[in-house]
This record gives sequence, structure tokens and C-alpha cells, in this order.
Amino acid sequence: MRIHIKGGHLADPANGIDAARDLYIAAGKVVGVGTPPEGFTPNRTLDASACVVAPGLIDLSARLREPGFEYKATLESEMAAAVTGGVTSLVCPPDTDPPLDEPGLVEMLKFRARSLNQAKVFPLGALTRGLAGATLTEMAELKDAGCVGFAQADVAVTDTLVLMRALQYAATFGFSVWLRPEDGSLAKGGVAHDGEVATRLGLSPISPCAETVAVSTLLLLVRETGARLHVCRLSTRDGLEMIRRAKADGVNVTCDVSANHMHLSELDLGYFDSNCHLRPPLRGLRDRDALRHGLLDGTVDAICSDHTPVDDDAKQLPFAESEAGATCLELLLPLSLQWARESKIPLSRAVALLTAQPARILGLDLGHLRVGHAADVCVFDPNQEWRVEPKALKSQGKNTPFLGLEMLGRVRWTLVDGQIVHEG
Amino acid sequence: MQQRNPQLNARGELQHLLTIEGLPAEILHQILDTALPFVSVTEREVKKLPLLRGKTIFNLFFEPSTRTRTTFEIAAKRLSADVVNLNIGTSSQSKGETLLDTVANLSAMHADMFIVRHAESGAAHLIARHVAPNIHVINAGDGRHAHPTQALLDMFTIRHYKKDFTQLRVAVVGDILHSRVARSQIHALNVLGVPEVRAIGPKTLLPTQVGNLGVHVYHDMAKGLKDVDVVMMLRLQNERMSGSLVPSPQEYFKSYGLTRDKLALARPDAIVLHPGPMNRGVEIDSSVADGGQSVILPQVTFGIAVRMAVMSILAGN
Repeated sequence: MRIHIKGGHLADPANGIDAARDLYIAAGKVVGVGTPPEGFTPNRTLDASACVVAPGLIDLSARLREPGFEYKATLESEMAAAVTGGVTSLVCPPDTDPPLDEPGLVEMLKFRARSLNQAKVFPLGALTRGLAGATLTEMAELKDAGCVGFAQADVAVTDTLVLMRALQYAATFGFSVWLRPEDGSLAKGGVAHDGEVATRLGLSPISPCAETVAVSTLLLLVRETGARLHVCRLSTRDGLEMIRRAKADGVNVTCDVSANHMHLSELDLGYFDSNCHLRPPLRGLRDRDALRHGLLDGTVDAICSDHTPVDDDAKQLPFAESEAGATCLELLLPLSLQWARESKIPLSRAVALLTAQPARILGLDLGHLRVGHAADVCVFDPNQEWRVEPKALKSQGKNTPFLGLEMLGRVRWTLVDGQIVHEG
Repeated sequence: MQQRNPQLNARGELQHLLTIEGLPAEILHQILDTALPFVSVTEREVKKLPLLRGKTIFNLFFEPSTRTRTTFEIAAKRLSADVVNLNIGTSSQSKGETLLDTVANLSAMHADMFIVRHAESGAAHLIARHVAPNIHVINAGDGRHAHPTQALLDMFTIRHYKKDFTQLRVAVVGDILHSRVARSQIHALNVLGVPEVRAIGPKTLLPTQVGNLGVHVYHDMAKGLKDVDVVMMLRLQNERMSGSLVPSPQEYFKSYGLTRDKLALARPDAIVLHPGPMNRGVEIDSSVADGGQSVILPQVTFGIAVRMAVMSILAGN
């Protein structure tokens, strides 16, 4: 298949390109940027006028719900959601059932994902067996099976000695550790940010200290062990400030925020809207603004969707009993573009946070459109309006705080290894 | 992100009573004024009015309660409604039926009103969002969130003894963190124009952002009670008396129990309220609970009149 993507605006931050360029693809690879290789005759030409042509998006956190939670979502539905949202590579956390703590499970997931021929799936292995926080997993075996790092998903390691040894062990082999900073004791039982809204609504609070205490512990342990740490889904201003200072001190740490948290705050809970029941909780306006600023000044390295499809029954409950999480794979791009517009910066800055930057965190040859490399491409119309409605979403999870709202920016074509996997 | 006040109908009238928050003072006064003649009804020999004849009211209690359920039942019966009591508890939920399934089933039996108590904040809102437009929901207590009829009967009691809200200093004392009663009281006092509402308690029993509810915070009970006109005591639940919130009931009583000595710091004509059931010797001394300044039993009597008022107003809207 030879494809000519014609008349689009190429945004390839890794290569410093933000200009009108045609893209030429053959045999799964990029074969020409701006000018076609000699004798190139396309079988298909995609008219990308008024569109942005970007590397395929890389999502650092998307739950596919397999194995174990197929009633919430299946690999088929969520992989379709990914490519509809322009996501060509995604990292999935290990909190499946059973958790991804054995090589066989990881191999099965990779095999199932590959057979669907859609987005590329990069699993995170469990850091501890059963995510129980007591025994280390066979990290080297899991790495060979295809894990790109090790994580605990939303389960905190409460035993700090185990945490330190896990970081030491991972550092021994140069494996990266991905942790969401949350102190298990401080967050226990909580469902909402300890702020004005939780006070009014009488919801059990999660103090910002649950995050800052954990960030502090992690940073100290990283200095001690030399582990490579990626901090997942920061939610507080103070936690972010600690990362900013650590980076300035030369600590080898990266971090991301979710697309929900860069737009929403505790105020969006309204009258107990369980679609806003997320983990970490939506924090105060000050926190949200700090995260947005952190994206601008480079403290935050990437935006992820934190895609968590939840079935309706699990959301139609009193707030605290409802399951946390929101569908977001299909909203990741428009929400990131919205942030760029509101911040009055070029859209290519948002594209970088979804492509080149997450690729750097993963250490993989992805997230760029260089000649001779994989043609993972996302072509989107940044000005196309659409409304977030259950029927507009491919994901089996229909719950999102943005339900009913208008989005700007929709994917026209998604290509993985030069194959068109989505046509909008 | 639904932000419209879910308890008012399109005409701005009360459709459900879910929380005091967001209700205008006129509606609170309307309820208190409506309750006034009902007090005398409850003192008559024939204690019945035909206002809710033919209506079916479900007392839907997902959390055990005798007192609140009984007062709602009496109020409904005095208005000639048919009352069905359902103590669902948490066990039948674990049998698999969801909250909304339960409500849908009862709606199919042509309920006119649900009175809901639930252990989780927001349960009454959830039900109100999913019932047919002709069904009214009254929140009889949801988690730590709200207990609006309790706050209204407290306001009725204060108005009965003090007449004018705009000249009062009121102290709310105790476990505000876990209290739906306190949250509703604080909103009601603010809406009705009480110029100074105080919250008194140890830091472990006050929400971090309690100041944003519109109260002055005191940790020293002696300072907090100085010159107040009304003392509203809260119940300290047994399971919270010894642990990481409060070391022991004795120590709690020493700092925050209402004794005669502490009450003497308030205005001489100050009244003392308590939503019940009381823990004598923990949050309140018997000599105060049974003393001349206590209005705890009149609160119970007024509670029936106030609940009759809420039901009759909802049925008329």
C-alpha cells in the first residue's frame, strides 16, 4: 500500500516540522516528507487539506479491561476507540483480573492486541505480585514478554521497605517504574478532593497530602536507588512543584497528567455527578491551573487519557459507591487541542505532549515521522465540531464528565504501520 | 456536569427536599409558616387533616432509624396519607438489587412520595434524578451530606423561642465532619440571616474547609460559647469516640461536653438543642439535657409539624 497524504499541515515536533508538507508512505514506512521518492505512485491519496498531519498519538495510560473485566469493555471495543481518537500506541496499566504479574498473561494480551491489527499495545507489568505490595514480580521475565515498565496502577505499596527494594531491583536492570503517587493510608476511604465541595457534599475527603507525601517518599527513594521513575497522573499543585524542583536538581524523573485533570476541578462534581468520580480526585481550581502551567513550562512531560471504561450500572450509584474512572481515548486529542487554544500556543505544542514526549518517556522509536521509520499517523481536522454522546463513542464505556459538550477537533484518518485503521 | 438545582421545579417551587443548600429564604419561611398551624393540630383530640388523602408515601430506609422514620410516619398519617415502611438495610442491596431498581419497582406501585434515608451522601439526589416527575423525594438523611427536615425543625424551634433570626449568635458544637445535621443547620442559619454562626470542635472533627460553609471556627468551647443565644449540640457516634479522631469519651466530655459551667458562658436566656439520640456524659451533661434551658423535647414535637408542612407543600406543587 502506497499512500500520499496530500495538502495537510505537518506537525512533527520530534523533527521540528510545523509547516505545510505532503507525506508519502510505502510498505508501512514513511518514504518521503515534502517530496516523494523517485517514481512514487500512490494507490491512494488522502486529501488532508484543512487537516493537521501528526504522528500517531501515544497514550501513556489506557485501560483495555482485558483480561477480567470484559463486561466493562473488550479489547475490540477499546482498540477501536483508540484509533478513532488517533491513538496508535498505548500503555496499559496492570490492574486487570488477574493483574499482569505473569509473563503468560502479558504474552496473551500482546498476542490478542496484535491480531486485531490496530493500535500497538505496550503493557506495564505489575511491580508486585497480585499488586499486593509484598512480593516482587519476575520483572526480567515480564520484560521479555513485552512489558515496557512496572507499575502498581491505583494500588499503593504501603510497605515502604518493599517499595524501596522494588525500585532497587528495577534499577539493577534499568527497568522503569511507573507509579501514581498516593499514600494508601491518607487516601483510604476517600472519594473526593479535601476541599470546599467535599465539605459541602459530605463526601469522604482525600487530602492533597495523600499525593505530596507519596511524591516526597518516591523522590527520596529514587535519589537513593537510582531507579528510573515515571510519576503518573499528578493532581496537585504542591506535588507538581516537588517534581519541578527535583528536575531542577537533576533527578531522573518524568510525569504526566490526565486530560480530565487539565480541564476539570472539584467544582464539576456539581450535585454528585458520578461521571466526575475519578482517581486521583478532581482537585481545586488552583491545582488545575498549576497542572496547566506545568504543561506549558515543561515540568509535565506528557498528557494521557487515563482511559477507564466503566459500565453504566457501576456509575448509577451514590457517588462514593460508584466506580471511579471515565472513558477518554476519543477525547484525548480534542481536550489537548482545547488546552493549547486556551493557552494561546501553537497546536503543535499539544501534539508534542501526545507524541514525541511520551515516546521519549517510553524510550521507543515512535512518535515521529522520519523517513525509513514506522508510518503511524494521525490526520485530524482541528476545527471539526462534534458532540460527546454515547452513540458518538466507540468505547464501550460511555461515561465521561464531558458528556453532552461540544468538542473541537476530530480524527479523519489513523494509520498504523502504513495501514489505514480508521477513516472518519 | 448538571448544575441546575435539582430540587426546584421550572416555576422555582419545591419539587423535592434534598438539601437546604441553594434554597431561597422564602421557601424556608414558607415551610416554617406552614408548620405553625400544624402544631395545634397535633394538640387536638382528633389529630388528622385530609390534605394527603389517597396519597401513598414510602418510607425508604436503607439505613436503620427508628426516630426519624416514626416522625415521618406520624406526620404522613396525620395528613391522612397511606404510609408504607420499608427497612431495606444494606442486606437486600447485597442480594443484588440496585438502589435504582428498588426505586423503579416501588414507582411501579404508584408511589407519590419517597422519604429516603441512606448511608451514602448523594443517594437522595440520585433517586430524585431518576423518578417520574409526579413523584416527590424527601431526604431523611444521606451520609454526611444533608438532613434538611432536621435543620428545619431546629429552625422552627429557634424561631419559636427567639422570634428573630437576624439578632442571634448560634453555636454548633461537636462532630461536624461526619454530621449531615450540622451541614444542613449551618446552611439554614445562614440563609435565614443569622449574623454569627460558630462551629466548635477539635480539628479532627471539623471538615478542612468548614470556614467556607459560613461559620467562625472555635476549638476552645469556652470562647465559642461566649454570649451565644443558641447552642446546637451534635451527637458523637460511638465508633468515633476512641481512636484516631478522639482518644476517649471522657476526654471528649472534658473539652467539648456541654456542662452547666460551660453553658453559663452563653447568654442567660440561651436555649440548648440536640437532634437526638443523646449520649449523656459524652457530649451533654444530664443536668443540661434535663435543665430549664433545654428545648430538646419541644424539638421532637415541632418535628412532626415541620414534616407535615414539607409533605403538604410538596404534594401541592
